[in-house]
Amino acid sequence: MTPLSHIRNFSIVAHIDHGKSTLADRLIQETNTVSARDMKEQLLDAMDIERERGITIKANTVRIDYTADNGEHYVLNLIDTPGHVDFAYEVSRSMRAVEGSLLVVDSTQGVEAQTLANVYQAIDADHELVPVFNKIDLPASDIDRVAEQVEDVIGIDASGAIPVSAKTGQGIHEVLEAIVHHLPAPKGDRDAPLKAMLVDSWYDAYLGVIVLVRIIDGVLKKGDQIKMMQTGARYGVDRIGVFRPAMQPVDELGPGEIGFLTASIKQVRDTKVGDTITHEKKGADKPLPGFKPSVPVVFCGLFPVDSAEFEDLRDAIEKLALNDASFSFEMETSAALGFGFRCGFLGLLHLEVIRDRIEREYDIELITTAPSVVYHIYMKDGTMRELHNPADMPDLTHVDHLEEPRIKATILVPDEYLGDVLKLCQDRRGIQLDLTYAGSRAMVVYDLPLNEVVFDFYDRLKSVTKGYASFDYQMTGYRQDNLVKMQILVNDEPVDALSIMVHRDRAETRGRAMCEKLKDLIPRHMFKIPIQAAIGGKVIARETLSALRKDVTAKCYGGDATRKRKLLDKQKAGKKKMRQFGKVDIPQEAFISALKMDD
Amino acid sequence: MRSANLSPVVLTDDWKNAGFGLYIHWPFCQAKCPYCDFNSHVVAHIDQKAWARAYVAELDRVAAELPGRTLNTIFFGGGTPSLMHPDTVAAVLDHVRKLWPMANDPEITLEANPGSVEAGKFRGFRDAGVNRISMGIQALNDRDLKRLGRIHSVAEAMAAFDIARDCFDRVSFDLIYARQDQTVSAWEDELKQALTLAIDHLSLYQLTIEDGTAFGDRYQVGKLRGLPDDDAAADMYALTQDICADAGFLNYEVSNHARPGSESRHNLIYWRYGDYAGIGPGAHGRVTIDGQRYATECLRAPGAWLSAVETGRAEHIRDAISHEEQAQEYLLMGLRIREGIDRARYEALAGHPLDQATLDHLTDIGMIRANRKKIIVSDQGFMVLNSVIAALANA
Ligand SMILES: Nc1nc2c(ncn2[C@@H]2O[C@H](COP(=O)(O)OP(=O)(O)OP(=O)(O)O)[C@@H](O)[C@H]2O)c(=O)[nH]1
Ligand SMILES: C[S@@+](CC[C@H](N)C(=O)[O-])C[C@H]1O[C@@H](n2cnc3c(N)ncnc32)[C@H](O)[C@@H]1O
Ligand code: SF4
Ligand SMILES: [Mg+2]
Repeated sequence: MTPLSHIRNFSIVAHIDHGKSTLADRLIQETNTVSARDMKEQLLDAMDIERERGITIKANTVRIDYTADNGEHYVLNLIDTPGHVDFAYEVSRSMRAVEGSLLVVDSTQGVEAQTLANVYQAIDADHELVPVFNKIDLPASDIDRVAEQVEDVIGIDASGAIPVSAKTGQGIHEVLEAIVHHLPAPKGDRDAPLKAMLVDSWYDAYLGVIVLVRIIDGVLKKGDQIKMMQTGARYGVDRIGVFRPAMQPVDELGPGEIGFLTASIKQVRDTKVGDTITHEKKGADKPLPGFKPSVPVVFCGLFPVDSAEFEDLRDAIEKLALNDASFSFEMETSAALGFGFRCGFLGLLHLEVIRDRIEREYDIELITTAPSVVYHIYMKDGTMRELHNPADMPDLTHVDHLEEPRIKATILVPDEYLGDVLKLCQDRRGIQLDLTYAGSRAMVVYDLPLNEVVFDFYDRLKSVTKGYASFDYQMTGYRQDNLVKMQILVNDEPVDALSIMVHRDRAETRGRAMCEKLKDLIPRHMFKIPIQAAIGGKVIARETLSALRKDVTAKCYGGDATRKRKLLDKQKAGKKKMRQFGKVDIPQEAFISALKMDD
Repeated sequence: MRSANLSPVVLTDDWKNAGFGLYIHWPFCQAKCPYCDFNSHVVAHIDQKAWARAYVAELDRVAAELPGRTLNTIFFGGGTPSLMHPDTVAAVLDHVRKLWPMANDPEITLEANPGSVEAGKFRGFRDAGVNRISMGIQALNDRDLKRLGRIHSVAEAMAAFDIARDCFDRVSFDLIYARQDQTVSAWEDELKQALTLAIDHLSLYQLTIEDGTAFGDRYQVGKLRGLPDDDAAADMYALTQDICADAGFLNYEVSNHARPGSESRHNLIYWRYGDYAGIGPGAHGRVTIDGQRYATECLRAPGAWLSAVETGRAEHIRDAISHEEQAQEYLLMGLRIREGIDRARYEALAGHPLDQATLDHLTDIGMIRANRKKIIVSDQGFMVLNSVIAALANA
């Protein structure tokens, strides 16, 4: 049991790739939390997909012990957070569980869009920040410039910033001292009724659901009967413990402490992140404010390439959903693709991660359809429906008007690329809200329709700015606009999985781009194939894929018919990677690639 | 499913629809051509007697399993069989005659490379029983022969061709077109010249870039330049069919042209899906034994094959092929020839008819013609035959 004055809880936040997880490594190592033998790079990024992509997806908590220069023993709970905007929700809830943050800034890059977003969240959470300038071992590191940016763009005092190299370990000791001296100790009352914040939960094959808690008041012990104040569910606590980062049992968790509990909870969905846990008897009477729930904003269809694998896909999706409350799914049938699921995600990276996991961990090949946002359809009878799938667009005679989600996007970009960025935002129907300069960098804020951003905006942004721009967004609300459903007809037949919602003014451009893309993506057939884009019955763009002219094996190898049969098998396997629409085979990747715009 | 229960006699004797041939593979060449992925090897020394003995032993093995057959054709393929000693060829043919009766007027072909032709040798082949020569001339200009890595010039090829004509009534030759930097009109001129030389048969192959060959390697790293694109190649193909037809050489197969009656009967056995025994390194066979058809294949490496024959088995694959697979092979082979496939025969093998919707579609788009009895690929269909076959086989 550590006294409150000797506990420090903090998150590590930064723009993507600025070195949060590497800094966490050094803090773990410097305090001998993990033996040298067990140490590895980005230790906390334990998921395969995290290691492979070199990014953090899930926030991670570690408890470390630190004896400061003043001789006192401290307990530090650190939470390493993801940098990618799709997982911003992980950052915001992590911040609710701690009193301060290390704001890491890559000193070779400077302040980026997520750095800003993190600062705003920290201010919201009433947090102390310690700026840490990382990567000073690199020649491109420029601490003075970064300090200036921090003061100009963010408006916080950079005089206390600590220059470090998370790679070499330089400055790490100073970071530990700053944590102890500059971040506040938690508050709490040991004798008050139990109040624990449910910060996160996930599924473990052996232990069931594991709940990450931050104790605000009171004491949690093994065997306690607890109650979730929002859901009303009651459980007996099986285990409590802390992460070091392996799970280590403890006897009790007191105020200010962060740890876990298990209580035979079956599914992650049974727990509500942000809920307040108290004792069943003599519990707290007022819950904590709770968190805003994270809602899926991007929807797409996932279909098995081999329709026989539909049940396997259901199984995989259900298992993944067990562990990821922000991922939603419902069954979908497509005339073209058969049975599958309409799934909701936090963003495109989240979509990719789930898709990758299904393909790899469950070995199911997938067809992914065009990502779409959630539209609000106002019917003539005054009701409102959510539209997750353009294919479900109701008959227009019953529709009064449509609304689409909008975002506020913040983009930081070096001066010389500003023109390109403004053009990109303008092309995507953006409305400029703000434009300011900090040194040689501009910060632009735009109001944009989410549907123009969701798919390839970030790729385009990176490419027009050679990777020098950074981008962050928040949802702002819905607004009415002139939106229509555009269909694609291949060989005169509509392909439902290629339907998209689009602004009427952008329809011709998008339609033409999609037809051109499809012309490249669909292999030539023995006959020529018209590819058209249409709104209602009206064709607005058209391309023709000319017929295949030559595909024949010239010579014969004696009587080697086996060789020919193998060729046929290969063709058959190739065909499996296609979907048949009438007489036309469309490759799976076309459903996504057709949407990419090279504007 | 009308014909699912046709009498088994018809099925087990399916090969009789096309006859029985013997293929003998000679795996050596004087030099390896950079485009070639045939089982051909260059070696310093060949013990012709040992090879003759090995072929004889293999003939005995095969004949024991295929008694009571009449042999329609024999084909010495390679590699370069014109590198065989006439005594080696004679030893093989003499032994064959002891094992099977020959049909009237059997066709016995030997492949020749113009770089290894002498009059004396050709007479020797003729005396041994060979009655048809297929010669790899490949190109009618020296620059292209060089680029194809050939060991002979046009003049040498012409001399070799004359020698062959003196000895044999039936002499065919091969050309490769759609070569690097070849234009449609250059090929037209070359083909017309070839037709003035041709006797009764011509094989005209579009250059195929095969993996694992020198051309294949160069192609992969982007260093094989000047290949005609698909459109030009298609134009060349169409032109080839027209010009040959005008000269009386019909395209009885995708790449083979003959005056009517002078087709390669041995190759027709493959395409009509008859039985053929294959001996020699890497040789393939299709043989029906006790009513079951097998796909056979011999060891590919010449040395391994030779020692295997001496000590045991040189045939390393013998797969029983199901009726469904046989139907597929019949389709694959049979659609290559102008006479097409017989629907009743296909149905008897497959146990079901071809997919009618696919047939209708292929007919609509002009790829095939179908009547109650036959399915025949059109000229247009030949150009995309792989797609036509895939559509039918995978329907
Ligand atoms: N040279 C140098 N490289 C560093 C330093 N810190 C981190 N890196 C490298 O920067 C890259 C990103 O580091 P991470 O620790 O994964 O960054 P992160 O902020 O956790 O990234 P996300 O979790 O994806 O947002 C890795 O290749 C690290 O090796 C440093 O101090 N010096
Ligand atoms: C075994 S060779 C014929 C005899 C002899 N070996 C010769 O090349 O002169 C068979 C024929 O296949 C053709 N051929 C081989 N490889 C080819 C390729 N890659 N593309 C097109 N035709 C090819 C050539 O026309 C060659 O004459
Ligand atoms: S093309 Fe003929 S000569 Fe050339 S390597 Fe192949 S088999 Fe031998
Ligand atoms: Mg990380």
